[in-house]
Amino acid sequence: MTINNNGMFARATPLLFGALFIIGLVAPFAVYPTFLMKILCFGLFACAFNLLLGFAGLLSFGHAAFLGTAGYACGMLVRDLGVTPEVGILGGTLAAAILGWVFGVLAIRRSGIYFAMITLALAQMVFFFALQWKATGGEDGLQGVPRGHLFGLIDLSNNIAMYYLVFAVFCAGFFIIHRTIHSPFGQILKAIRENEPRAVSLGYDVAKYKLLAFVLSAALAGMAGATKTLVFQLASLTDVHWHMSGEVVLMTLLGGLGTILGPLVGAGVIVSLQSELADKVGSWVTVIMGVIFVLCVLLFRRGIVGELQALIKRAGIN
Amino acid sequence: MSDFILETAGLSKEFKGFAAVSGVDLKVRRGHIHALIGPNGAGKTTVFNLLTKFLPPTTGTIHFEGQDITTEAPAATARRGLIRSFQISATFPGLTVLENVRIGLQRKLGTGFHFWRSEKSLDALNGKAMELLESVDLGRFADTITGEMPYGRKRALEIATTLALEPTMMLLDEPTQGMGHEDIERVVALIRKVSEGRTILMVEHNLSVVANLCDRITVLTRGSVLAEGSYEEVSRDPRVLEAYVGSADINDAHH
Ligand SMILES: Nc1ncnc2c1ncn2[C@@H]1O[C@H](COP(=O)(O)OP(=O)(O)OP(=O)(O)O)[C@@H](O)[C@H]1O
Ligand SMILES: [Mg+2]
Repeated sequence: MTINNNGMFARATPLLFGALFIIGLVAPFAVYPTFLMKILCFGLFACAFNLLLGFAGLLSFGHAAFLGTAGYACGMLVRDLGVTPEVGILGGTLAAAILGWVFGVLAIRRSGIYFAMITLALAQMVFFFALQWKATGGEDGLQGVPRGHLFGLIDLSNNIAMYYLVFAVFCAGFFIIHRTIHSPFGQILKAIRENEPRAVSLGYDVAKYKLLAFVLSAALAGMAGATKTLVFQLASLTDVHWHMSGEVVLMTLLGGLGTILGPLVGAGVIVSLQSELADKVGSWVTVIMGVIFVLCVLLFRRGIVGELQALIKRAGIN
Repeated sequence: MSDFILETAGLSKEFKGFAAVSGVDLKVRRGHIHALIGPNGAGKTTVFNLLTKFLPPTTGTIHFEGQDITTEAPAATARRGLIRSFQISATFPGLTVLENVRIGLQRKLGTGFHFWRSEKSLDALNGKAMELLESVDLGRFADTITGEMPYGRKRALEIATTLALEPTMMLLDEPTQGMGHEDIERVVALIRKVSEGRTILMVEHNLSVVANLCDRITVLTRGSVLAEGSYEEVSRDPRVLEAYVGSADINDAHH
């Protein structure tokens, strides 16, 4: 489960994934499905972000652009062109992948803070575009997106049906990320993150590897955004706002950067906190998030899942 | 084919007006172990960075196997078979020792961008990787996390990873730096072994290593070539002795 090979986690992982899968299947009968869908969408978004930061070592501060663009693209396809939801999701994912490629080509040769700044600047351009363009609905966003019928057959206005679609999308995305990390490509990505000059000296065009990682991450973030639009029947400026780019950093760090499950846990915590606190403390929510962020960075850098893993490891050794 | 595998002409590098390397004409004969020596700050590492394209030269040209590689991308130069090591050991510390060597072997598979393929497909390389590890005496460390190994072994691993690419020419930047006596002997033996059938250019401060390993020596001071020749010639050159005044290294090296 961690970046390093670790026998104990490697053996426990299939069991854990199996258990979580079953929980995912029965969850909508215990918890409000819309709430679960929100967690899964943001969870996938954070997992996609983690693929880039945790495994390729690239800090993007513009990931909201992919979430939001895919959301708008899916919304327009489904509402204005009347395509079926699965086509909407694929279309949104593709739009995000293309945008990811454009961002990537422009930013990938910079490193560290410069890379982050370029992604932020590009994402801001996307934000203003979404604000100004008529087709995206400006400040109102894209409202009244119908959920439609999956493959033209299954009515997604049923919340349980919608939940299982979201769950399937999440699992597919999660599988792609897991496989990417444990692929020949993932192996080279790790090498680049560990020692980039050495990877270059071994003949790897690191920029191309980073670009592919960026496009994959953008596409999966888009898959989350497109799905989210169907769930809430709305694509709005919130999704392309830089707050959202920051929130995904927070979710990932809180859950555990570079751990496969951390981002999902982080998304779960943040989404829960937001929905619990929104009525009670109003805009103080932002302050609370900030405090959590600071505590996370200062006190438990490995994040929730990372700290748990370290605990289990220590217990295993003793 | 020319006798010289690597040739530079008028190679220079300025950092904001400061000439770290100026007008270097370096010729390395195929099959030689060639040493590049000189005091600290002479520009040795900068020359390596230029040769491997990690830095663009301010002026001058570099030819490798008769081809002009002056403006090539560093990874492309590496793929030609001109592979460098670094002054400070360069490994992938979070990967296992076996995985490190596999990174070197992996490019040939051509599946580097296959994100959909299982990493188990890389197990096909394990045999070759183990062979390479055995050749540098690291076989029993295959599953160790690289970062946990002592420095000398990391250097050996670095050489094994470089060998995985079957380089025609290796550039070694102070391969024995920071090593104890035993490690030095091991690395020297290793370099001698891997030099068969290939060319080596190495930066080395330890002159006894240079004396018993290298066919030819280039002395660099303040960015320029001061002298070139065999160890005997260079060590008798009064200008070289002067450059080394105070260090007295060059005389101790005979013992
Ligand atoms: N990127 C850089 N920017 C500015 N100056 C540099 C840079 N790299 C090297 N220099 C300078 O160029 C000179 C040569 O440095 P270089 O590292 O090539 O020396 P060296 O011969 O390898 O020394 P050492 O034996 O200490 O490794 C030094 O004065 C160094 O400060
Ligand atoms: Mg140096």
